[in-house]
Amino acid sequence: MSTWNDPPGGFHPISAPDYLPRAQLAGIQLQRLQSVVSLAYDRQALFRRRMDERGLAPDSITSLTDIAKLPFTVKADLRDTYPFGLFASPMEEIVRLHASSGTTGKPIVVAYTQADLDVWAEVMVRTFVACGLHRGDVIQNAYGYGLFTGGLGAHYGAEALGATVIPISGGNTERQLMVMQDFGVTAICCTPSYFLHLIESAKEMKIDFSKLRVGVFGAEPWSDSMRDRIQHDSGIRAYDIYGLSEIIGPGVGVECFEQRGLHIFEDHFYPEIIDSETGEVLPDGTEGELVLTTLSKQAMPMIRYRTRDVTSMVSEQCACGRTLRRIHRIGRRSDDMFIIRGVNVFPSQVETALLRVEGTLPHYQIVLTREVGLDQMEVKVEVTPEAFSDEIRKLEALQHQLEASIENILGIRVKITLVGPRSLARSEGKAKRVTDLRNL
Amino acid sequence: MKLQQLSLFLENRPGQLHEPCEALAAAGIDLLTMSLADTSNFGILRFIVRDPEAAKEVLEEAGMVVRMTEVVPVEVDNKPGGLARALAAIEAAGLGVEYMYDFGAASRGGKAAIIFRFENPDVALAALRAAGVRVLAMEELLAK
Repeated sequence: MSTWNDPPGGFHPISAPDYLPRAQLAGIQLQRLQSVVSLAYDRQALFRRRMDERGLAPDSITSLTDIAKLPFTVKADLRDTYPFGLFASPMEEIVRLHASSGTTGKPIVVAYTQADLDVWAEVMVRTFVACGLHRGDVIQNAYGYGLFTGGLGAHYGAEALGATVIPISGGNTERQLMVMQDFGVTAICCTPSYFLHLIESAKEMKIDFSKLRVGVFGAEPWSDSMRDRIQHDSGIRAYDIYGLSEIIGPGVGVECFEQRGLHIFEDHFYPEIIDSETGEVLPDGTEGELVLTTLSKQAMPMIRYRTRDVTSMVSEQCACGRTLRRIHRIGRRSDDMFIIRGVNVFPSQVETALLRVEGTLPHYQIVLTREVGLDQMEVKVEVTPEAFSDEIRKLEALQHQLEASIENILGIRVKITLVGPRSLARSEGKAKRVTDLRNL
Repeated sequence: MKLQQLSLFLENRPGQLHEPCEALAAAGIDLLTMSLADTSNFGILRFIVRDPEAAKEVLEEAGMVVRMTEVVPVEVDNKPGGLARALAAIEAAGLGVEYMYDFGAASRGGKAAIIFRFENPDVALAALRAAGVRVLAMEELLAK
């Protein structure tokens, strides 16, 4: 394919849909949208009722823009119909179940037919190819195996790519590092915060990870500054991937070598950006809530699923040659947002502010308290050997710089507490950045 | 002669001082002298040992942030006005003192030793010598 200009790795035929002419892609999308709407209408009672209430039928969809007429699906729908209420295939055709680790109440359950699993493996192959991986790569898959979609999703994708997979799952840092060194690992899949922990430990244990060249990082929001830090400190290329169990798991979108936004695999997942207050579809470039429709899912189609992730669409075509549209990397998940003294704050904003100050590693934790009716935000930041000084005034200056940097971005003053190295808990999965002690 | 001083970052919570001392004890490392600087949020423990490299390794292995800094041990008369005279010379030489503390174990024969941290130890050394202030060597500090 002439448009192919990703770094060495070679073209994988499975990635052909990444380069389809837009008109041809739109044709595929419309055809798939019509069939998935019919399927959901026939098999999902909830969707059918909402369509009927609006006087809509599957044949109301005659163009892609008609999608804006369709009702949204939200996370609560999955909880309300727990466990199998949104399944559109009989159990005989469902070959896999996954579930989210829901922090409150019941988890949400998602289902896959064999065809769904094949699509999942396909989009994960396309994900790995976009990250420059190929047959011959040794991929250490440190996403958790189990009900969480991360582990198995990456696993089957890596196998389908023809790479060598090490299904090590999460946790046990020493073993991870031993395997990384001894097995000549060239790529790793895990959360970015866990990778930071791994490289820190690797340097301490004098582990040779010079063969590692690619990190496929996701499952938690992270900032561009964090990526710069990871790439600088470890010498690898760090790619952001995007996905969610409700849609399929990892494999919804991925960055390419350009690292300027994440390509959405639009032939399987139709993206829209909406105003989360009004539900109106927003134009490219405007920030809003990402809404996704599964175009080919059988066991559990999701029509206009509200992800609660905040981003915007990039309209220009990517220099990598892919015609797939991109979303800006997601630094904000509405679920992670907290309000302090009337200001909306996302942990990623705090992260960006901290990383602007020289000499700090992004190990931080946000603690929210309420003292005599006033909300207080404290950010605990670990002191690194580079930042540590034997002089009080230099450490106090560091503290003030961090405070100023946060005030600059958030517009509120917060308390910075410097803490010792490794005193903040390291997560082996998604990093828990906020502790809210306010009893709201 | 300059000395290598070690400093440790301490959080403001119980046990923070005990932990490093325990690690040094286990490695059989003797603290020759030390000083603790504290603020409302954190502290810095500064200390001198015979083999700073070994102590640094022990502490880093225990997961602590350690910094090595050059300090200057100065001899003063162990009587009223002894320190003042040394400080007058330091002031006359235009040197700024970041901090200082006593090296009690080295006091003898009417002399005391004070550890000084100057912004630029090399400039300080030359200036002190020129001003006739005696700078001690490690062996002199350790001699009993």
